[in-house]
Amino acid sequence: MKLDRRQLLGGGTLVAAGALAAVGPRGERAAAQSAAAGHAAMGHGGGAAGPTFRKGATVDHRANGFNPTDVLRDFDAGRTQRLASGRTLREWEVVAADKELEVAPGITYPAWTYNGRVPGPTLRAHEGERLRVRFVNGSEHPHTMHFHGIHPAEMDGVPGVGPGMIRPGKSVVYEFDAEPFGMHLYHCHVGPLAEHIARGMYGAFIVDPRRGREEADELMMMMNGFNTNFDAEGNQVYAVNSIAFHHVNEPIRVRRGELVRIYLANILEYDPINSFHLHGNFFDFYPTGTRLEPADFTDTIGMVQGQRGILELRFPHSGMFMFHAHKTEFAELGWMGFFEVV
Amino acid sequence: MEAHSHPQPHVDAPGSSSRARLPTWALGAIPLTLIVAALAALLTVGGDTLGKRLGPPVEEIAVERTVLRPGEIELTVRNTGPDPVTVAQVFVNDAYVDYAASGNEIGRRGSETFTLDYPWQQDSPYLVTLVTATGVTVEHDIPLAVATPSADGGFYGLMALLGTYVGIIPVALGMLFLPFLRQVREHWIRFFMALTIGLLGFLAVDAYLEGTEIAESGTGAFGGVELLFVGAGAAYLGLVALDRYLRARGERAREAGASAWQLSLLVAIGIGLHNLGEGLAIGSAYAVGELALGAFLVFGFALHNTTEGLAIVAPLSAHRRPSLARLAALGLIAGAPAVAGAFIGASAYNPELAALLIGIGIGAIVQVIVQLVPAIRDRAGRALYPASVGGILTGVAVLYLTGLLISA
Repeated sequence: MKLDRRQLLGGGTLVAAGALAAVGPRGERAAAQSAAAGHAAMGHGGGAAGPTFRKGATVDHRANGFNPTDVLRDFDAGRTQRLASGRTLREWEVVAADKELEVAPGITYPAWTYNGRVPGPTLRAHEGERLRVRFVNGSEHPHTMHFHGIHPAEMDGVPGVGPGMIRPGKSVVYEFDAEPFGMHLYHCHVGPLAEHIARGMYGAFIVDPRRGREEADELMMMMNGFNTNFDAEGNQVYAVNSIAFHHVNEPIRVRRGELVRIYLANILEYDPINSFHLHGNFFDFYPTGTRLEPADFTDTIGMVQGQRGILELRFPHSGMFMFHAHKTEFAELGWMGFFEVV
Repeated sequence: MEAHSHPQPHVDAPGSSSRARLPTWALGAIPLTLIVAALAALLTVGGDTLGKRLGPPVEEIAVERTVLRPGEIELTVRNTGPDPVTVAQVFVNDAYVDYAASGNEIGRRGSETFTLDYPWQQDSPYLVTLVTATGVTVEHDIPLAVATPSADGGFYGLMALLGTYVGIIPVALGMLFLPFLRQVREHWIRFFMALTIGLLGFLAVDAYLEGTEIAESGTGAFGGVELLFVGAGAAYLGLVALDRYLRARGERAREAGASAWQLSLLVAIGIGLHNLGEGLAIGSAYAVGELALGAFLVFGFALHNTTEGLAIVAPLSAHRRPSLARLAALGLIAGAPAVAGAFIGASAYNPELAALLIGIGIGAIVQVIVQLVPAIRDRAGRALYPASVGGILTGVAVLYLTGLLISA
């Protein structure tokens, strides 16, 4: 099948615009919230009060096409249909596109994206379903989608195996079963691998257990960063869901006593390890989310690249609770935010 | 069109005035106007004819000046590249900081001051990283954080005292050798003149080496090592012109001993210009906390610069008794620029300016050496003979050894 690239890029824009339209009202509410929360957070940032970008400088989320506040709760369930066998077939279309993103106020980065955002769409399925991901490469560079999960070799999304590398303008369909349940990843696997990941080609892939999980306020956090000077030695900007210090300015609003579930992953390139630390609270930790019993009750966890897990907690106290990498350097270079418990 | 469709103008014989001539000013103004118009046209449309550059915009910025105040780091950043640069964010030791600036975009050759809100600690090193709008990072090292002295009365008083210690007092002390020089025999005078040449030669080489280092530490926006040569050339030629002017006047006045006095004045001016650079180095070292103030520094400079006083009075040995006022004036000409240099160095230091001033000092010294050479010639007219060579080498050795005493 032959596709016109311009058409593809147009399609990518539409996908991004659609995403924006879908989250529009919520985005406005979040902005209104941040005005209130911004006051509370005002004491924070600058000099001895802690790290900050230049006061008053903000990222243009509209131009970026996504707001990290929306990415947190934006789970893409795709389209479903029941197969003759009784199984559910779940389908997505994911389009790769090159896009300039403002990763910190005033700093642009030539990103490579899935569906025009970094991280890419959070694909969410149920254990045992048949999954079909149509991947369209609208980028100027070859890409793939390599899923973490259990699948046949030809569906692995690496060059030289099965459909291999997907050239610009080409597309492919990855098809496999949703297993095992847990918090997983997908990312491009074309070489140089470090660059393809660092540029933004990754996203979360969540498989819910057959029996489901307890009702909760669910959040997806992808710990990432941007090596803006391309020296391949560490990063200049660190964040969850790409925009540094975003949740300092726009704290994540959660309800006191309500179960909060965080799907957390580390995809950070050029640094060997990342971590997550929550102030004033402890959480149950489920490594990779593949067991239903927590392995730890803690307030700090470390993750190498590709490691992920599920955090569950209820905030007993209302107020502002900071969360950040407990690698202080990353925290002070942007990987820092607040929960606002109401 | 035919190449020779117009009649060839015939070649005028010298002195011929057969053709109507334009006034001289018009002959100058016409090409000037055409050049200005052509350059303006090139500037506005000419660039487009060549197409755009192959690569991305060149982002070259450098920190020109760092001022440290409690809780604040102030950086003066110069754009040294061909394109405007926008600084988007700043981090210090891997932590983003809030900062104040009048704007973010720095135009070609322009500069911008960024005041960072950062609780720096005394004596600690810092690495400031400027992140441009395209994500390029420019690092600036602060090897040792020390509060920049504020330019108040006490500060200027301290700099004046420092300049007096290292400039005026030593020169005045050295000039005390005058009565001794007036008594010794002629060949001893020549020896001391040769010694002066040795001293000055050492100073010139030393200043060149230091000036090169300083020039290379600059941003390069306004040039580097060439500024040394510009300064040296200007000072040398300027002093030659001054010398010629004084000689012309002196001949008219037919004043006995005028040339000895002029030589002393030129030596004093040359040493003064050199001391300006020396004061600059001391003042800037003090401002960044690198100068160990104390008895040793003052003693070292005093011993070092006392020899400069000797150099000034050496040409006066044959002169009739000079007035004290004249001697004081010579001493101030040679020593006081150290005070001015200390002010400039501590309050408005910049490597390009320092290179230029040091270059001026070098040019002045070289010119003085050239002036002194006739004074060491022996009866046979030779400049180099055992005694003069001994004098030169003694001068070099004295400055080398006393220089070891100065740790600054």
